[in-house]
Amino acid sequence: MSNPIVEMAGIHKWYGDFHVLKNLNLVVDPGEKIVVCGPSGSGKSTAIRVINRLEEHQRGTLKVDGVTVDETLKDIDGFRARIGMVFQQFNLFPHMTVMENCTFAPMWLKGLSQAEAEARAIALLERVRIADQAMKFPGQLSGGQQQRAAIARALCMEPMLLLFDEPTSALDPEMVREVLDVMVELAASGITMICVTHEMGFARQVADRIVFMDQGEIVEISPPDVFFSQPRSARAATFLAQLVRS
Amino acid sequence: MTDRFFLREAAEPVLPAPRTTVGAAGWLRTNLFFSGWGALVTVIAVALAVAIFLPLVDWAIIQAHWTGETRAACLDAEGKKAFGACWAFIEVRFSTLMYGFYPVDERWRVNLFAGLTLAALVLPSLLSGLGRIWGTRFLALAVLFPLGWLLLHGGVLGLPMVETSKWGGLMLTLIIAGSGMVCSFPLGILLALGRRSELPVIRTASIVFIEVVRGVPLVTVLFMASVMLPLFLPNGVTIDKLMRAIVGVSLFTAAYVAEVMRGGLQAIPKGQYEAAQAIGLSYWRQMRLVILPQAMRIVIPGILNTYIGLLKDTTLVAVIGLVDLIGIIAAATADPAWLGFATEGYVFVGLLFWVLCYGMSRYGLRLEYTLAKATRR
Ligand SMILES: Nc1ncnc2c1ncn2[C@@H]1O[C@H](COP(=O)(O)OP(=O)(O)OP(=O)(O)O)[C@@H](O)[C@H]1O
Ligand SMILES: [Mg+2]
Repeated sequence: MSNPIVEMAGIHKWYGDFHVLKNLNLVVDPGEKIVVCGPSGSGKSTAIRVINRLEEHQRGTLKVDGVTVDETLKDIDGFRARIGMVFQQFNLFPHMTVMENCTFAPMWLKGLSQAEAEARAIALLERVRIADQAMKFPGQLSGGQQQRAAIARALCMEPMLLLFDEPTSALDPEMVREVLDVMVELAASGITMICVTHEMGFARQVADRIVFMDQGEIVEISPPDVFFSQPRSARAATFLAQLVRS
Repeated sequence: MTDRFFLREAAEPVLPAPRTTVGAAGWLRTNLFFSGWGALVTVIAVALAVAIFLPLVDWAIIQAHWTGETRAACLDAEGKKAFGACWAFIEVRFSTLMYGFYPVDERWRVNLFAGLTLAALVLPSLLSGLGRIWGTRFLALAVLFPLGWLLLHGGVLGLPMVETSKWGGLMLTLIIAGSGMVCSFPLGILLALGRRSELPVIRTASIVFIEVVRGVPLVTVLFMASVMLPLFLPNGVTIDKLMRAIVGVSLFTAAYVAEVMRGGLQAIPKGQYEAAQAIGLSYWRQMRLVILPQAMRIVIPGILNTYIGLLKDTTLVAVIGLVDLIGIIAAATADPAWLGFATEGYVFVGLLFWVLCYGMSRYGLRLEYTLAKATRR
């Protein structure tokens, strides 16, 4: 059994007096696909942002790839460079072409030459099927294309772990599919993924485990078949019922 | 009669757009004589323009005295001042207005420096590719200005030394303004970043600096730099008066640049900071590679505004005894040999400032356009 990629033990977080994360415990093994779902405001975003320390937790221990993540972590930038993150709003850099978005971090942070970085970027842009858009600026692409470019940008750093925060929520319905297809392929490649999403079809297809959160707590961790057919918690059942109705 | 249900059988024809106004008469009717009141306002405005403009043209061009070595060129038969601008006065004083008392034989150094500066500003726009990097112009200037100081001041490489007290006129105005811009730019950025810092010491220091400097007039800052700075220096250490003025002007402008920059930084969405962080960039790289290039485009109009203000404010260095354009013209109009031609002097200096400021404004628009092309959203 190899070492886990993520180990959360008793993680708590407060925004002022507001207790957002309550005693999170989760161990993610290499290659696992975790889907996190739950009602709005339940702390899903906060939870995955704690993993790459975009947010700081105040209690509990977090280890990522064996590294203890807390205020004693020295090389926080080097640590973050090994974790890819894809945001709901894409957050591509608008002043760079898609190609530059993908090459600049490997060149600055990993010392790749421009030729090496571009070769890698082209390969990944092909994988997300937008190699023909490489020389455009993000503002010239559709939402679905932008999100796929953002995925390629994250992959260019060869991360050991990919975090997705509702990657399809800002997309028009007809573009959701193209992004999900890319994510399904990515999942098949064996990379470790933690994905906040309400795309239940995707969750059913790729997730090894579903983490259901509500009011800052992890309420249930189940395999997808169990979660979708007979959720073990009443709150998950209510949530799923609402999801189906909408 | 329209049916409540409909199915198209033939395509709608494509028609030309209607022409609303035709020809010069149509233009006049819609723009100038659209009503009785409109016609009246137009007539009054034209009459006023003619009443002011014609005498001005008459004075400045038609009846102007263009040549002459002495005051006599601009006097009428009875030895009184003739109507019409005395541009001969400006002509006689022209080289002093440009170079101050910089030795005539050494003026090629000033011209060389001016040429290099111009090249640094213009070349990046012409060499496409370089124009995309917003820092190119700034870096070129940052290297050029210290070198320019050596070139103009001399005392090295066999160049005869020219004391800064001999510098003056337009040259001095541009050196103070240019140095002020080059120095205040990075300082302003640092102050703006400092003001948003999470470290309380840095944040407080930045806020105090910005608010104190913005709260006092430039004259005061110049006076402090000129009179008080030497008091704080160890005995025997002196800083050139011009240097002190440049330091004062730079610090003053930096506070304004900082506030303009802060506005730009605030306009960058939080997601950009987060994405830059998440990809593993250090704070300085986040700023340099992701945040500032985007903020720059937003702040160009504001920075330019500050810089145009700075250019005109350099006229205040007269109070600490530097002889800029205004200083030269003031001295020239006080010269008994040319008594009575202050109007021409100030009109000329005003025109010169206008040309410079307008040039800056056009240059800024050009920069905005280049950057806009490079950062299509
Ligand atoms: N910076 C902040 N300061 C204070 N409260 C915050 C902050 N960020 C989030 N919260 C609160 O923390 C709670 C959890 O937020 P979070 O964004 O993690 O929820 P979420 O599960 O991702 O919701 P959604 O599905 O809407 O994205 C919410 O109640 C939110 O209002
Ligand atoms: Mg969220």
